[in-house]
Amino acid sequence: MPGAIAALGALMAGLFLLPVVAGLAGTLLPAFGFLPAAGGHEFSLAPWRELFAYPGLRASLRLTLTTGFAATLLALGLAAALCASVQGRARLRAGEALLAPLLAAPHASVAIGLAFVLAPSGWAVRLVSPWLTGWSVPPDVATVQDPWGIALVLGLLVKEVPFLVLVMLGALHQIPAAQQLRVTASLGYSPGTAWTKIIFPQVYARIRLPVYAVLAYSLSVVDMALVLAPGNPGPLSLVALRWFTAPDVTRYLPAAAAAVLQLGLVIAAIALWRAGEGAARAIGQRWIMRGARAGACEPGVQAAGLAAGASLALGGAALLAMALWSLASTWRFPDALPSHWSLGTWIGQSHSLALPLANTLLLGATTMLAGLILALAWFEACDRHGRRWNAPAINLVCLPLLAPQIAFLFGLQVPLVRVGLDGTFLAVAWSHLLLVFPYMLIALADPWAALDRRYARAAASLGASPLRILLAVKLPVLLAPVLRACAVGFAASAAQYLPTLFAGAGRVPTLATEAIALASGADRRIAGAFGFLLALAPLLVYLAALAIPALAFPARRAPGRRA
Amino acid sequence: MPGKCVICQAPENLRESAVDTLTAHITRRLATAGTIAALALVLARPALSAGAWEAVAARARGQNVYWNAWGGDGRTNAFIDWAAGQVQARYGITLRHVKLTDTSEAVTRVIAEKTAGNDANGSVDLIWINGPNFLSMKSLGLLFGPFADQLPNMRYLDTDAKLSNTIDFTTPVEGMAAPWRLAQFVFVCDGARVPQPPRSMADFLVWARANPGRFTHPDVRDFIGATFIKQALLELAPDPALLQQPVTEAAFAAASAPLWAWYDALRPLLWRGGALFPASGPAERQLLADSEIDIALSFDPAEAAASVKSGLLPTGTRVFGLPGGTIGNTSFVAIPYNSPHADAAMLVANFLLEPATQAHAQDIAVLGSYSVLDLAKLSPAQQQLFAGLPADPALPANAELGKVLGEPHASWMTRLTQDWVSRYAH
Repeated sequence: MPGAIAALGALMAGLFLLPVVAGLAGTLLPAFGFLPAAGGHEFSLAPWRELFAYPGLRASLRLTLTTGFAATLLALGLAAALCASVQGRARLRAGEALLAPLLAAPHASVAIGLAFVLAPSGWAVRLVSPWLTGWSVPPDVATVQDPWGIALVLGLLVKEVPFLVLVMLGALHQIPAAQQLRVTASLGYSPGTAWTKIIFPQVYARIRLPVYAVLAYSLSVVDMALVLAPGNPGPLSLVALRWFTAPDVTRYLPAAAAAVLQLGLVIAAIALWRAGEGAARAIGQRWIMRGARAGACEPGVQAAGLAAGASLALGGAALLAMALWSLASTWRFPDALPSHWSLGTWIGQSHSLALPLANTLLLGATTMLAGLILALAWFEACDRHGRRWNAPAINLVCLPLLAPQIAFLFGLQVPLVRVGLDGTFLAVAWSHLLLVFPYMLIALADPWAALDRRYARAAASLGASPLRILLAVKLPVLLAPVLRACAVGFAASAAQYLPTLFAGAGRVPTLATEAIALASGADRRIAGAFGFLLALAPLLVYLAALAIPALAFPARRAPGRRA
Repeated sequence: MPGKCVICQAPENLRESAVDTLTAHITRRLATAGTIAALALVLARPALSAGAWEAVAARARGQNVYWNAWGGDGRTNAFIDWAAGQVQARYGITLRHVKLTDTSEAVTRVIAEKTAGNDANGSVDLIWINGPNFLSMKSLGLLFGPFADQLPNMRYLDTDAKLSNTIDFTTPVEGMAAPWRLAQFVFVCDGARVPQPPRSMADFLVWARANPGRFTHPDVRDFIGATFIKQALLELAPDPALLQQPVTEAAFAAASAPLWAWYDALRPLLWRGGALFPASGPAERQLLADSEIDIALSFDPAEAAASVKSGLLPTGTRVFGLPGGTIGNTSFVAIPYNSPHADAAMLVANFLLEPATQAHAQDIAVLGSYSVLDLAKLSPAQQQLFAGLPADPALPANAELGKVLGEPHASWMTRLTQDWVSRYAH
């Protein structure tokens, strides 16, 4: 049995660590001038000199850092305020059902929809023009791809606020929040103040990894930035992407340097964030000790809660706007709704939609199943050997969630070409699994840990084999979280843009790659159809995951509490 | 920008060493593996005998062709989709459209395969290509061929009036690519908002002063954006003859000075103050549809009419050229040297040149792109295919389009793009 554990460990390392390490090496070497194929045979700092000579670098770095930190701080603050506002009123399950459309929607899809809403000629302005604004033509103001990256921050908020709310609701289940709030209320604290001072620190301690993931993602996002961020210069990830895809192979060297810089930026940002945690703790403790019962905190929490609600509404509008555009035949400024409706886009594009849709579904299903089997093997191995899954190992598997994709995907390209795997379904599925598996592992970790061990012990005492205990006891009890983890895995796969682009060599088109390609210019009705379908596919899986347990076990009424 | 390379944006020294190494590498490989094959192809340049062509078709059956083509235009995508159905039914070839956001992606891919030593099993079988990408692939020896002259349907090609069919941006095609559609640069406007369109590039400055923020061009890294700048260069350069030669520093400085002076005056008057540009032609068309701008650019005179039909653009949309003429060019398909499916790719290239295919493509309801063929070379029945195409009032008449101007040498486009980027876009 220790042999099996070792084999499992080796499999995990081979599947998840090796590619990331190989990819990072494949990026690091060219960054220091070593790329024999393009004439780089010795190590040099020339790529770095070229990178630092790029005139737009300073502006690009400023944009990357401001949008990354702003999005993370705001997402954390808004999500916390929303949780504080609904404390005691919302259940995890109900919240999840409400948030499902935005949780499931890939970033690319949200970005496309948001561009439809926020543009000067977008839905938001159309709704109030010309009766309120007096505009018969749209104003000449950049509200999307604005030089400050505000649209990008909004896009990230729409996706990351629901994610952090869900994570926080999960963490809230682990602390006796209701009792604590009753005590603070009896001591005269206003609810928002009490939540900020007492509950938030406990919640935050449990969600640090997801917050770091949000920070790392916001600093290195590609698909959303392609649609919402300014282009001249774009964030660092786009600078690297543009050089990596330039027709001239020598651009590869400064591109690799930019990708390494991106990695350094993420590491430094997480370090800085941790330092900030320390400072916030010191200041926060003093603030809490002073014991103020209300003050500025209360209206602040309420305003942030409203802002969080607004970000969710914005996300909903973005998804709806894509649906409307896909059904529009003519929708001219400043009409609030299409003047002519038609199914022409869906009918006309059905042929072009078929293959990307099939690939998206097939990739999602394959990686979801593979991720599930691996995750179950992981937890079972830990159960059977009395070892709880340990944090270091899980952190290693989660490396692909934190490392910027651009820093290892390109380096992975050459080995993939060497073994003849690039452009195959297998390569794309594997690159998806790198991200699907850690998400599924995280989604299952807490429910698995919370499973009452006495069920398994009772079954074992009745003579059931470990396999039978897994299939007949654990999985049925854990059906809801297992299905939810599957939905998370499917959504993670559907969302992958850069891995699909690179491992797929353009030959495995998915809804995500096609929608982003179309968003750069094509007819908005067609982009709307692709973007909407991209959001719809994972949502349906999500809703199925929420509905199936209720249908299968109608007797289990109270979610989160065992009968 | 002294010390920068013409073809790419890398510093001269860096690029030379790398590309020379690459070229040497390629040449060596070709010398060992390909000489005999290449020689055979050169000798076989006249159209293949019917038997030889049938052998090509027999080998092609069952093959996949990955056609790497810019995917930003819905109608072109639909046409490629239609073509896929046709070649599947007729030749048993599975044609797959790999949608690119930029043709250079496919060029990069072939270079990457070359550097990885993948000389026989490349992932790109057919590329929609012209201009700098064609020049780059042709000069680096990354293309299969010459093959075009072996295609049976090449006998219908217009090689007299449509010079761009044989000379692409002043680069002789020499059978390394097959033409499939013609393009001419035009302006699209909302007729109600632009009753009197500008008559020259200099005129655009006057119009923009009166209508600030209502005009723009796509990013110059996009081919339509680049064409806008080239069109201005053709009109404003003191000696247009120089543009037919490869660019030199001295020639560029002399030719571009009046251009940049004009552009510096125009740019602040553009949409978003010239700080932001639509990514592509279709992106700009969407801006026109949204009333964000009043004049857009297109490389397809029939595109606007089709957009009106589909409800995208308002019925008052008009298309205009310039009395002095506008740039035109030919789109080609080329086959990378390492395509494992060159036979099937040739069959597809030949299918695209077929009179019936060309007539289908010229149908305003399909692509509306003007044919590369010489209609006088067709049989009466084939000519009837073109005569029977539906007319459309929104299509510009030939007189409105003005004459077709030749492209400058491809090196000018790269140099202009590079200069524009370093001046305005970093």
